[in-house]
Amino acid sequence: MEGWRKPFVAAGRQTQFLSAFFRNLFIRHFEWNEAIRQCFIIGYKSFSLVGITGFILGFVLTLQSAPTMKAFGAESFVPSMVAISVIREVGPVIIALICAGKVASSIGAELGSMKVSEQIDAMEVSGANPIQYLVVTRILACVLMVPILTLMADTLALLGGWVASNISERMSFTIYFYKAFSSLSFTDLMPAVLKTIFFGFAIGFVGCYKGYTSDRGTESVGIAANSAVVNASLWIIVLDAIAVQLTSIFAYNT
Amino acid sequence: MEAINIDTAKQTGKMQIDAEVVIEIRNMKKSFGDKVILSDINMDLHRGENLVILGKSGQGKSVNIKLMVGLLKQDKGDIKVFGKEVKELSTKDLKELRIRVGFLFQSAALYDSMTVRQNLSFPLTRVLRLKDKADIQHRIEEMLESVGLLDAIDKMPSDLSGGMRKRIGLARTLILKPEIMLYDEPTTGLDPITSKEISTLIIAMQKKYKISSVIITHDIACAKITADRVAVMNDGVFVAEGTYEELEASKDDLVQHFFK
Repeated sequence: MEGWRKPFVAAGRQTQFLSAFFRNLFIRHFEWNEAIRQCFIIGYKSFSLVGITGFILGFVLTLQSAPTMKAFGAESFVPSMVAISVIREVGPVIIALICAGKVASSIGAELGSMKVSEQIDAMEVSGANPIQYLVVTRILACVLMVPILTLMADTLALLGGWVASNISERMSFTIYFYKAFSSLSFTDLMPAVLKTIFFGFAIGFVGCYKGYTSDRGTESVGIAANSAVVNASLWIIVLDAIAVQLTSIFAYNT
Repeated sequence: MEAINIDTAKQTGKMQIDAEVVIEIRNMKKSFGDKVILSDINMDLHRGENLVILGKSGQGKSVNIKLMVGLLKQDKGDIKVFGKEVKELSTKDLKELRIRVGFLFQSAALYDSMTVRQNLSFPLTRVLRLKDKADIQHRIEEMLESVGLLDAIDKMPSDLSGGMRKRIGLARTLILKPEIMLYDEPTTGLDPITSKEISTLIIAMQKKYKISSVIITHDIACAKITADRVAVMNDGVFVAEGTYEELEASKDDLVQHFFK
């Protein structure tokens, strides 16, 4: 295929895959058991990784910013600064990138190896619906679990921030969280949660697309996993840039 | 060597073959990019017969059977299964056709995240939409007993040998009671004893469930056991056709290569 045609063909195939997802989303016999199993694999099995990342994120952010804030005599603003930056931006993006690395790659590799070993063809040729069973369930699990993981990581980041604050000077749990939450508003939390839904969709969609459409051969499984991470990460950054622009216009009125 | 039409019903001692044609292929062509895989395929499969397609690797044998179930689409020509043109079927009709046509993949293609029981219940619950657990259990056990692997019911595919995987793959396909079976290299990668067991099992299943089969292979021992009719494929066309005994006696060099 000529070079200039490739991006258009790829865009066309992704659009077809996207429309197949939406067509199968609303048909009868939804695979509830598989969707719940995927939520367990994607969500529950990422709790420790995401939790530790979130905690250290808040911890490090506080340790790094506290000396500078102290120089300006504004160390009492550290909880607010950490809360706003974690909830609005750092938490959702970092956790989504972590999920892209863990979840998109595993979906890409799993579906890629199923494709290579003809399991997807076997499903299709038996009269079953592989898109409904393999793709819809995984994308929906990502859409549901990435926001939940992000909220959990945000909470642990604030806890990490409080622990770090207590290293330099004692600050009670109540005061820290009062200061952190008093600086937050609905317009901080809601757009952040909304964008994590889109991040979750990007992770699930890219992982499934790369795995489901991988070529034959074992090498293609590695390629599918790798390109799933790269593309999902890129999508997260692009979606975040769009989300920041939209929230600036509609939520923050700046 | 000229391309020939594979369209004559033969009566053999193995099983009563009906005159009814269940798969009819006419002037079919298939290419991938510039590479022509199948250049002019004409073929009939009659109800109740086992048609073995012999050929070297890379001759388009697997592509030929994938076209019969709509996994691929031909560039030109007609493929009619049960009298219906496959590439014109709607999604719903194609699903119905695939229930009637079973496909055993070369690798058996067992779902490796599921146990044998789950592999067999998958088509029952997702395709036939059965809900009665006792009925599902009964069908699974009956089918595993038919292939002689009832003991493996709770094993994972990774715990099974190559021959066992093929048997389970066959059981998973036959559990939908197909009228036609398409076997893609059913004995490849197996030792001669297990190959013979699988070939014998194919015959046993044909008799038990009255199935018509297309068997892709380059294993001459498998062809000898299973074939009512043998067709030899070379460079994307059929070049010879007949019973096993007729082709064995052929003077043609290419045909003789398989029978030596």
